[in-house]
Amino acid sequence: MALLSKKDANLILDPLADNNPITIQVLGICSALAITAELKASVVMAISVIFVLGVGNVVISLMRNIIPSKIRIIVQLVVVATLVIIVDQVLKAFAYELSKTLSVFVGLIITNCIIMGRFEAFALGNGPWKSFLDGIGNALGYGVILIIVGFFRELLGSGTLFGIQVLGDPVAKTGLYALGYENNGFMIIPPAALIVVGIIIWVQRSRNRALIEEA
Amino acid sequence: MLEHLELFFKSIFIDNMVFAVFLGMCSYLAVSKKVSTAVGLGAAVIFVLGVTVPLNWLLDQYLLQDGALAWLGPEYAEYDLGFLSFILFIATIATMVQLVEIVVEKFSPALYNSLGIFLPLIAVNCAILGGSLFMQTREIPNLGLAFNYGISSGIGWFLAILAIAAIREKIRYSNVPAPLRGLGITFIITGLMGIGFQSFGGMLTGDNEPPEPTQTTTAKTEEEKEIKKEIVEEENTVSYNEVVNK
Repeated sequence: MALLSKKDANLILDPLADNNPITIQVLGICSALAITAELKASVVMAISVIFVLGVGNVVISLMRNIIPSKIRIIVQLVVVATLVIIVDQVLKAFAYELSKTLSVFVGLIITNCIIMGRFEAFALGNGPWKSFLDGIGNALGYGVILIIVGFFRELLGSGTLFGIQVLGDPVAKTGLYALGYENNGFMIIPPAALIVVGIIIWVQRSRNRALIEEA
Repeated sequence: MLEHLELFFKSIFIDNMVFAVFLGMCSYLAVSKKVSTAVGLGAAVIFVLGVTVPLNWLLDQYLLQDGALAWLGPEYAEYDLGFLSFILFIATIATMVQLVEIVVEKFSPALYNSLGIFLPLIAVNCAILGGSLFMQTREIPNLGLAFNYGISSGIGWFLAILAIAAIREKIRYSNVPAPLRGLGITFIITGLMGIGFQSFGGMLTGDNEPPEPTQTTTAKTEEEKEIKKEIVEEENTVSYNEVVNK
């Protein structure tokens, strides 16, 4: 890492695993789960959050000395809302079908706890460059979980990835389906997302026992 | 009257904020360790949803929709300010929450003490903004129904957090595998409860339309049988847990 000092690199790398926003900090679950039935939607959602959190963190960090602390929540909400409107308009213009799938969940990026959480915890106390890295890192950590969940739900639920059939054709019985494999419709319904995240948390905490909570 | 009743039960059970669309999960997970705090937050959510959804309905109807500005005069009839809805909705919510906090503190200190600490939390609760956004996309036709929608989605959220808080209080005495303790098991329980709530899908439609538009058509019937079996089991455990807590 010649480009970044070790400390800066940690700002990006930490949230990817040991300080993951979803599985450790328990933030941003709200909009994360409903849209993970397809990998494509997960990827778009992840990119949107990376954009909003990266830019938003920089803006808040630049303004951190002039925001009166009493009204900072409203200021933060306005900054996020503006960025989210940009994302929403871009999606509507260039990926209309997808923006229909995501429906209200694009708007719900505004109240995504990761964003407010990072503004409060990091951007209000640090310079723009560091805040930018922190924003990107946390959004990436969020995106990684989203994409893992989306990958398994789409693969096991519909046998496709990005809408392409990877396991063979379920109707013509080719590929795996010729061996009697069936799609698991259970993975498509919303509650399955919660169970998949639960399992990810289980795996992560079994590998790193320091993360286990006290009973 | 019938449509009110239908919307009421639909929002509580079928489109439950937590189990069907995962809104307000952050506070749902963070504040569900004890039943008493869960009740406080749940009540605050019902209240704020009941206030903000009708307010945002008015905003949507008279400011934001395509042609909504017609009441200002014919030359304004062509404007569509729909792209501003996010920022207006969230501003309404944040202001209302602040206002409610001030008013409650002034006139009912007792209520403020039990509800007050949760109010700032609520401004950034996705369930509140989600309520307004769903109100917009589902095109709720009039103010009364918007109020009904706000209150009943709040009640749905309240029931969900109450149930999970009760289960979490009980589960402390169970031997959960160490890596699953706390967050992990809460996720999985919520997932199982969600499956239980899916069985309400046929309640109003009389099974005419499926509760979830699933994409797999081929392997559906077998899956459904399995899922139904699980639902029955889950409901038993959930209701058992609730009974125990009473």
